[in-house]
Amino acid sequence: MTTRIESQIAEDESVIEMRQVNKWYGNFHVLKDVSLSVKKGERIVICGPSGSGKSTLIRCINHLEEHQEGTITVNGTILNDKLKNITNIRREVGMVFQQFNLFPHMTILDNLCFAPVWARNMPRKEAEATACMYLERVGIAEQKDKYPGQLSGGQQQRVAIARSLCMSPSVMLFDEPTSALDPEMIKEVLDVMIELAESGMTMICVTHEMSFARLVADRVIFMDGGEIVEENTPDLFFDAPKIDRTQKFLSQILSH
Amino acid sequence: MYPAMRSTSADVFRPTDARPAPGGNIGMLRWLQENLFSGWLNSYTSLVLIGFVLWVFPAVLNWLVLDATFAGDADTCRQNTGACWPFIVDKFPVLMVGVYPQELLWRPGVACLALLVLAAVTYTDRLKGAVLVVAWLLLPVFALIMIGGAFGMVEVEQSLWGGLMLSVLLALVGVIVSIPLGVLLALGRYYGSPLIKALCVGFIELVRGVPLITILFMASVMMPMFLPPEMVINNLMRIQIGMIFFSAAYMAEVVRGGLQAIPKGQTEASLALGVSPWKTIAFVVVPQALRHVLPPLIGRCIALFKDTSLVIIVGLLDFLGMIKNSAFDPEWLGFQKEAYFFAAFVYWLICYGLSLYGRALENRGASGARR
Repeated sequence: MTTRIESQIAEDESVIEMRQVNKWYGNFHVLKDVSLSVKKGERIVICGPSGSGKSTLIRCINHLEEHQEGTITVNGTILNDKLKNITNIRREVGMVFQQFNLFPHMTILDNLCFAPVWARNMPRKEAEATACMYLERVGIAEQKDKYPGQLSGGQQQRVAIARSLCMSPSVMLFDEPTSALDPEMIKEVLDVMIELAESGMTMICVTHEMSFARLVADRVIFMDGGEIVEENTPDLFFDAPKIDRTQKFLSQILSH
Repeated sequence: MYPAMRSTSADVFRPTDARPAPGGNIGMLRWLQENLFSGWLNSYTSLVLIGFVLWVFPAVLNWLVLDATFAGDADTCRQNTGACWPFIVDKFPVLMVGVYPQELLWRPGVACLALLVLAAVTYTDRLKGAVLVVAWLLLPVFALIMIGGAFGMVEVEQSLWGGLMLSVLLALVGVIVSIPLGVLLALGRYYGSPLIKALCVGFIELVRGVPLITILFMASVMMPMFLPPEMVINNLMRIQIGMIFFSAAYMAEVVRGGLQAIPKGQTEASLALGVSPWKTIAFVVVPQALRHVLPPLIGRCIALFKDTSLVIIVGLLDFLGMIKNSAFDPEWLGFQKEAYFFAAFVYWLICYGLSLYGRALENRGASGARR
């Protein structure tokens, strides 16, 4: 296996602070007293069985889901009901979805320029230059005038990553970015994510790609039933899980 | 070409002679058998329908062409049993533009040309979406200025507007104003706070629960009673407002269908990028929703154009009004059939044209952007 990518964590700078976060869907308690602190440059992988609340957890960070108790702070801004705070946080936090969610009625270039132009008031010329730079970086510069429907799943997901990067976020959230992909396309997306990690981006990834976790993660978090059950460095997490539930989960996903 | 292969002559591929084409699989007889006579019930239905067509067709052909009069005046027409086309020719200007001053006819002509050019440009997809939207929104204003006169052009009173020009104008203004209004109503109903939602639903259900004729009567007769006396809106404008409200309610329901079809991930992706909710709706949700509902939207446009014929009952002389007027012209008495046949033909021509145009737009959309 490839050698681990060393991280450049700034110990004193925390980007995301979640304290005692609780969330309910009706009577269903999805997040139970979740606390998580992410330092600048840190890479975190969250895994766990489906329904364990891992997607909900990262969707709370940019307020796509609302938490009911506890505090979430991103770059010093408190996430509350104020639209201004929410919008500011969303501009700082990039997100990549399982289903890509590119805008099908816009060309690839327009997909990338959309947010810088309309959310940051960036001049169109400048936005296009940035967009081309990121498309180059994810390796699909020549597709910029096509529509998302004309690209493969892997290409679409790379465009989605580039689209988030165009807002120059300080954190990137990945919500199962490779789960909707055909197996032969997973690698091209993971390569982009690894490259992103090398560049020092702060990342929180919900994923079951364990090789990716071993390669880049500083911490692996295991969630079950809405709680953070175990948290460790990847080597200790995979080789010596402390808790039964983690062992069981790992045996299930690693056996096939 | 392949010397190595040629040397092994025993393996040379020898095709057998082509067999003759199987009989009765192609051609007209086969088509007839498959489509018209594929069973005793189908055969029987086909025979009845063919008989009916053969029975009716000669009479129609005789009236339309063979026994018809193509030149002359009313008296020539009365000597023949067929249709009287000189009547239509004589009335043609009135049917098209009513009693609009002859020397100013170029002005509605320019407006009409602008409409056709814009439709063509829209089809070619050369201009950006935003530019097209603005151009379409300005078109009714331009048409009203050209027809009514402003900026130094001679004013033409609204009582002189009529004929097909009036029908098209009512439909054009109606469609172009009611689509944005319909979008707003749909957004209010779909995303609005409870109060806004209730208002939108109330408006939509109220308007949809009433026939257009009733709305036109209310606009024409009742609206002046409720407005303050110093606020005078002329009859045509009131009718136009009534039609816009009517159309907007239906457009809103069509657009709502489109809004519901947009996956939640689309708004989430836009919001997650830090784009404000309003801009998300304007640039991500609405354009996709309108694309989804293009077919029923075109359908509503056609319906509204046909509905303009109802303004006859509140005293406006649109195309159908002029047809009716002409049919009772003492000079040309007795040629109602021709008048109404011509009316039906013109309505069909325009509506079918709209339908074809709409389909062309849909197909163009399908080739590029659709997932």
